[in-house]
Amino acid sequence: MCLGIPGRIVRRWVQDDGAILAEADFAGELRTVRLNYLPDLQVGDFTIVHAGFALTKLDPDEAARTTALMRDVGLLGPEGDEPLVVPADWIDRPAP
Amino acid sequence: MKHVDEFRDPALGQVLAGEILGLVEPGRHYKLMEVCGGHTHSIYKYGIDDLLPANVELVHGPGCPVCVIPMGRVDDGIALAHEPDVIFTCFGDMLRVPGSDGTLLDAKAEGADIRMVYSPLDALRIAKANPDRPVVFFAIGFETTAPSTALTLKRAKAEGVKNFFCMCNHVTIVPPLRALLDSPDLRLDGFIGPGHVSTVVGVRPFEFIPTEYGKPISVAGFEPLDVLHAIHMILTQLKEGRCEVENQYARVVPYDGNPRALEVMSEVFELRPHFEWRGMGFISQSGLKLSEAYADMDAEIQYSVPGIRVADPKACQCGEVLKGVIKPWECKVFGSGCTPERPIGTCMVSSEGACAAYYNYGRFAREREVV
Repeated sequence: MCLGIPGRIVRRWVQDDGAILAEADFAGELRTVRLNYLPDLQVGDFTIVHAGFALTKLDPDEAARTTALMRDVGLLGPEGDEPLVVPADWIDRPAP
Repeated sequence: MKHVDEFRDPALGQVLAGEILGLVEPGRHYKLMEVCGGHTHSIYKYGIDDLLPANVELVHGPGCPVCVIPMGRVDDGIALAHEPDVIFTCFGDMLRVPGSDGTLLDAKAEGADIRMVYSPLDALRIAKANPDRPVVFFAIGFETTAPSTALTLKRAKAEGVKNFFCMCNHVTIVPPLRALLDSPDLRLDGFIGPGHVSTVVGVRPFEFIPTEYGKPISVAGFEPLDVLHAIHMILTQLKEGRCEVENQYARVVPYDGNPRALEVMSEVFELRPHFEWRGMGFISQSGLKLSEAYADMDAEIQYSVPGIRVADPKACQCGEVLKGVIKPWECKVFGSGCTPERPIGTCMVSSEGACAAYYNYGRFAREREVV
């Protein structure tokens, strides 16, 4: 239930009873999503869905900020030196 | 895939892991709990623990909705499923959880009408298609799934559906964390916070962890770099002597969560005085039941369920696994008596369970030397 990946809203419509629905693209798979908890979602927005309901809108600026922060971690390591890189064969090495 | 691939970049993962290595003090042991079963799954799927220094230990928390359901509640569900004419609906994971005398799947084989649904709305649809039969939805989950149940009940009420009932097993995340922090069994240094519960409740409810218990927490996403980044954030806090709630998953988790969802939940549910958790016993104000306005849809009021407390099977150590006291492979029946095909305990049933994650990703045993 907690392994939600972001889906992109590709279509949005309002039902006769007032319910707002959308079709979201999850890595190529289309699913109908209810927007009761996020009625302002628009086509092109990314959302995380649980049990058929969109619960949150993905903020692309925050996503970019997080990836930038991660990159900064590598550039500005504890000693300010070259980033330490764990080699691919790390698993086979003894503990430091 | 946008917003996914950039959080799975192996080169950046290696850099983050290297920086984590630079943060830890040799001779100090770090014990971090990932609260959510989704994180446990990511950690073993992507081999994150293999990238960590040996003195950084990840322990698994109680955040797996299926895993924390006690046996007595499964028995109550099976009793409801055997009521005359009842159509019993639940999420697929729940079907294989053993009660004291078999699973819901066994009950189905014995003739009970049990149907798997993906959303509570599917259960409501079944109720509308079968107006002459009572339909019970066995609701489980933390604050991520509770809003969908709440809205379904609200809709059933608005539409005047009289044959739709809910057996509510929804739980909240803060009380078990408090119970863990109060427990003498476990000394934790920090928490990887549950990303998707936080989309609903926000970041604020976790502030008690630094303010009252002096532990850092970073609410984290579920991609491998998210988890590594959160570990880096927690270790940085520990190194700098800080202790606060940080939001690694800011792209998805707003500080205040989803106020609309919280509002509907507070209308439909109320807190139970106490609720039993598998392996953790009764925890005060940790479970939800239907509010008085929805009492006519409460399956526990409309039907009599046995409501008997059943002790977990002796061989099963799910309780210790859920509290992070032992690792899955340290359980006596892990991989022998208890496998995903024939589970004894809930942690092996659910795809989010720690035992299933270890088993499915080949972590049958793992001894790590502590420096």
